[in-house]
Formats: sequence, structure tokens, C-alpha cells
Amino acid sequence: MSGSPLIRLSGVTKSYGRGHAEFQALKGIDLDIFSGDFVAVMGPSGSGKSTTMNILGCLDTPTSGSYQFQGVHVEQLERNQRALLRRHYLGFVFQGFNLLARTTALENVELPLIYRGEPAAARHQAARAALEQVGLKGWESHTPAELSGGQQQRVAIARAIVTRPEVLLADEPTGNLDTRTSHEIMELITSLNAKLGITVLMVTHEQDVASYARRVVHFVDGVVESDLRNGEGY
Amino acid sequence: MLWNTLLLSLRAIRRNLMRSFLTVLGIVIGVAAVVIMVTLGNGATRSVSDQISSMGSNLLMVMPGQRFGPGSDAAPSFKSADIDAIKSQISSAEWVAPVAGKSVTTVYQSRNWPTMVSGTSNDYFHAGNWEIASGRMFAEGEERGGKAVCVMGETVRKKLFGGQNPVGCEIRVKDFSCEVVGVLKPKGQSGMGSDQDDSIVMPLKTVQRRLTGNQDVSRFSISVRKGASVDAATRQLTLLLRERRKISDSEEDDFRVMDTRQIAQTLTSTTKILTMLLSAVAAVSLLVGGIGIMNIMLVSVTERTREIGIRLAIGALEREVLLQFLIEAVVLAGMGGLAGIALATGASVALAHAMNIPYLFDLKINLLSFLFSAAIGVVFGFFPARRAAGLNPIDALRHE
Repeated sequence: MSGSPLIRLSGVTKSYGRGHAEFQALKGIDLDIFSGDFVAVMGPSGSGKSTTMNILGCLDTPTSGSYQFQGVHVEQLERNQRALLRRHYLGFVFQGFNLLARTTALENVELPLIYRGEPAAARHQAARAALEQVGLKGWESHTPAELSGGQQQRVAIARAIVTRPEVLLADEPTGNLDTRTSHEIMELITSLNAKLGITVLMVTHEQDVASYARRVVHFVDGVVESDLRNGEGY
Repeated sequence: MLWNTLLLSLRAIRRNLMRSFLTVLGIVIGVAAVVIMVTLGNGATRSVSDQISSMGSNLLMVMPGQRFGPGSDAAPSFKSADIDAIKSQISSAEWVAPVAGKSVTTVYQSRNWPTMVSGTSNDYFHAGNWEIASGRMFAEGEERGGKAVCVMGETVRKKLFGGQNPVGCEIRVKDFSCEVVGVLKPKGQSGMGSDQDDSIVMPLKTVQRRLTGNQDVSRFSISVRKGASVDAATRQLTLLLRERRKISDSEEDDFRVMDTRQIAQTLTSTTKILTMLLSAVAAVSLLVGGIGIMNIMLVSVTERTREIGIRLAIGALEREVLLQFLIEAVVLAGMGGLAGIALATGASVALAHAMNIPYLFDLKINLLSFLFSAAIGVVFGFFPARRAAGLNPIDALRHE
């Protein structure tokens, strides 16, 4: 890898609570992620992997340290600027899918485009294309309650990629899915990384899910314990 | 941004139909209850005061006895001689109408109708603000000679003559026949709820001679000249009647002088108290509607907080989320308010018609109840959203 990284964390800490009750979830994280990479973040519960993911996704703010996205210091941005960064550069996939209930797949996928101010025609077209890309052609008018877990996660992925984001952040995307569906979702994510060049950052605690990634970062107790490229250590 | 946010709001309303419906329903019930109650109360008050003003302004009613209404506590009636005494000694009395009443059955061809006969003079029409719809009042000779002529109220005319004009026809009253010389314009119900048009009017002498058989006058209707003091006239009249009825200083009056103002005050204060009671009941329904809305909104806070988290995560600005929730609350509250007012208007018109009172549109109460329930909708729809939108997106997403 050469050039400047897409994402650079340096000395990032995150604490919860105050005084004696203070709990340090992150104790100084340094991490560089380059454009187009596919990174799996692993570690036991409470190791800080999800906290790191939330900071990377601008859903949460670090207590100290710096987070640069394409050279911009995110920790210095205002709330609204961080929202715009999410809007234009990031796509999220969550363990719990987080789709709007009682809302059709198409409308769920359209949602980020509405906030981007896309005209209706372009929005419908892009949302249909994204649903087709995740293999849900023909399911546009179904609501989450009418879809299986795997299908719901596909809708969530379609919603994340419909804006052609720079980075796809996936927090345990297969955590609520069975093994077979997990592999289908991972293949989908892998192909998005390969075909569209979307940088993928994924938190998981499953070894075989992590094996889809090119790089695996291990967290233990709020620090990076190991950072290996697949094929080197596994 | 506004257009897109409007789209998002309408989508949110549509996909939460039940919640939206319940919110709207709470507002509809609250607004409708208050508006209907107050509108009907106003209508009843107006109807009473209309009827009282139809009795004539500055009207004094003089009755023997101290009790209000028919039936006497053995106080003697007035006499025909009292008429001239009042006319000559009470200078502020403009019209002095003696009334001798009797209930009779009137017959025309095969139809009959029981009604009230008032034996009086032409002053009766002036004092009581009666207008002649067709025909005429009594001629002087008819009054003096006690001729068998009558002027009939609209209700009697309808019952005996249907669509026909009765002027010139003869009807039978008790055992004599009587010519109809005029018909009165209808006045409707009195403040006490009786039908004022259900009566016929004859010269006093006719009634005394042919029906009651004595010289008694059961009451007086006296109108006071414009500009003259009603209170002064009442005092003078009381003094005069005490003297004529030979009541000593230590005794109480055995008759009663009432003016329309007193009657009006008594009756309108009753309807006003009723209106206030109804409004209090209605205010409770508005409150209950408000609590219903509050309940629905608070129950959905968890789901909505997560929804806000999702929106923030995919790049919505805080103000876009807030605007969406505000529009949602305003649209629901506005729809509820308008539906409530529409419902209230329909129901008020129908009920007013059924109760035979006028429908009066009260802009103030419509606006007030609309704004109150809209405020409830907006407060409980918007403020939980404002709190959620101020959270870190991840905290909103994880809200349990």
C-alpha cells in the first residue's frame, strides 16, 4: 500500500462515565486504512471493536486522539458536518438490520437518497438498481416483516451502497443470521468490495466470516493486539 | 429540503396509520366536544334572549298573588276598573293590556283544537310586539261592544285551517260562533318553552261576557314608554295597586309586578350556568383526548428514537429530522382539528335544528380548541423527537 491512507486513527481513546466509575473502552488506537481494502475487526466482547467502528462511522466521538478521513480531522467537525460526512461517504450495515418498520424495501433503500436531495425518478431508479444488485429484484414492495433475516440484511446493504459510498461499515452484519445466509451475505459484501471498490470495514467475532477479509485487526482490552493480512497468520 | 421533508413526514404518517389515526381521533373528540357544547349553549342562551325580546322591551307583567306562574294563592283578580286607573295615573305606561284567559276548544268544520283565549284590547298587540300577518286588529266598536271576533295565532290557524287563509271565516268557540278578523305573525316558543302562537285573542268584553261570566282581569301586560324608567313605573304601579286593593302598610303585596329584564336575567343566567357546566364537561373530554395523544406519543418514543437513530446514521441532519417530526405533528394535529371542527359544525347544526335553537358559529371557541389540541399534538409529537435527535446517533440507535 502506498500514498496517504483513507482513514487514519492516531491515539484514539474513548472513556465512559466519570471519576471512579470511569471505564476506558479504547486506550489509544492507531490504525491506518487504505482505500479499497477489506478489513475485519475481531476481538472478544468489550475489547472496543464496536466502539472503534462507531467512531469510524461518526456515530460516536472519541474522547481524545485524532481521526482523519481523507486528511480531514473528523474530531474537529461539528455535528452537522459529521452528518454530511456520513451522508456522502459512509454506508452502514448493522447486526440488527435497522430498517424502518412497515416501510417497503424500496422506500428504505430510497431514504439516503431523499436526504441527498435526489429527484424522485433518479431515486427510484437507483434504489431499484441497488436492490437488484443485492439479489432482491421483485421484492421492492415488501416490508421488513415480510422478509427473512437474510433478505432484510440485503435491503440494509442495498440502502448502504445506493449512495456509492467510499466506505461500507458493517457491525456484525451476520450476527443475527444462520451460517448459510451468513456466507451469502459475506459473498455479497466481498463482491461489492471487489467490483465497486468500496472500502469495507467489518466487525465480527466469527473466524470464518473474518476469513473473507483481506486484513484482520484483533482488539483486546481497548488496544490493537494484532494486525495481519489474511494468508500471513491464518 | 422542505419538499423532501414533507414527503418523509407523509410517508411516516402513512406507515403508522393506526398511531396517526389514534392521534387524530384524540384531537377530533376533544375539539368536537368543546365546540359542540359551547355552540349549543350559546344557541340556547340566544334562543331564550330572543324569545324574551319578542315579548317586547320594557314590558311589565302584573299578576295577582306572589307565586310565579299559574294557580293563585287566593289573591283576588284585578277588575276592569283597574284598567282606566292605570291608564290615567301611570303616565309612563304606553300600552296597558288587560288579559282575561280561558282555555277553550275551537272548532272549524270537522276540525277542532283546544287552545287558550286571551280577552284583551288592541294594546295587547302593541305591548307584546305582536304583528298582524293578515287581516286586522279589533275595530273600536268590536272592543266596546264585546263582538264575537278573534285574531288567531299561527298554530291555531294551522290546526284548524291548514293551508287556507281564515280571515272572514267563522269558527265556533265553546257555544258561540266567532269571526276571524286577523292572523298573528308567529313568534315560536316562549322562554319557558310554551308555544306562544297557540292562542286566540278576543276583545276583553267578549271573553268576560261569553266565557268567564265575570268582570275579572287575570293579568296585565303594560309597556313602558321609551326613555321612561321601568323601575319608577314599577314603583308607581305597585303603589297604585296597593291603594286600589286596599292593602294596609303592614301587609305584603298580594300581586306581583315583573319586568322583562328580570325575566330575561333569570332565564339567561340559568342557561349560562348550563353552558358553563357543559363546557366544563367538554373541557374534560379535551383533556382526555390530550392525554390519549400523550399516551400514544410516549408509547412510540422507543420505536421513534431508533428511527431517528437510523435517519441520523444514514446522513440526516438533526434539523431535517426535527422538521420532519414537526411537520408530522402539525399535519396530524391540523387534520384532527379540522375534522373536529367539521364534525362539530355538522353535529351542532343538526342538534340545534332538533332542539329548535339557533346555530351560532363561535369563531373564538373553534380557534381556541383547535389551537389547544394542536398544541398538545405538537408538544407531545415534537418534544420527544427533539430529545432523540440531540443524542449521539449510536445512542439513539441503541435506545431500548
